[in-house]
Amino acid sequence: MKLTGFIILTIGVLFDLFGCIGLIRLPDVYNRLQASTKCVTLGTCLILVSVMIFVGGAATAKAFLTGIFILIASPTAAHALSRASHKAGISLWEGSVCDKLEEDKK
Amino acid sequence: MIGFAYGVLVICCALCLYRVARGPTPADRIVGTDILGIVIVGFCSVVAIKTKQEFYMYIGLAWALLSFIGTVALAKFLEGKGFDE
Repeated sequence: MKLTGFIILTIGVLFDLFGCIGLIRLPDVYNRLQASTKCVTLGTCLILVSVMIFVGGAATAKAFLTGIFILIASPTAAHALSRASHKAGISLWEGSVCDKLEEDKK
Repeated sequence: MIGFAYGVLVICCALCLYRVARGPTPADRIVGTDILGIVIVGFCSVVAIKTKQEFYMYIGLAWALLSFIGTVALAKFLEGKGFDE
């Protein structure tokens, strides 16, 4: 049981690290949002699962509640932010292939 | 083992703060603060594992709520509309 918790904790922490490396390395704001939001959400939810395994008791319900809230709220915030930055006129990377929202506006 | 998790999460926070400091556009800074909030929820969880104290989960839950509300408010501000829509 302890080994399972350590494995889940390690995978979650490494997902957090890879999301933050994506936040540094990728070229424009949409790519950064794409990489970092998904990786960091999964990593934090795995850390919360390991809290359920290690601590137990009343912390299980709080970790479950926090995980559900993060799974709902983080993609919502990312979607609102990408839509807002597109409306604010922040340009895409020059190597981007298509921009469907711009085509829909015409 | 817990020390490894602490170290990696501190590196994650440093990378997010680098993006907040160096981001060429305002949207990059908002993305940095959003990701920093979620990483801090994970950090509170690791502290809860280390100390076996459950009240650190309250800090994580409150931080997740405030981070979400702050990100949506900043997105509306970036879009140039009022907060009521």
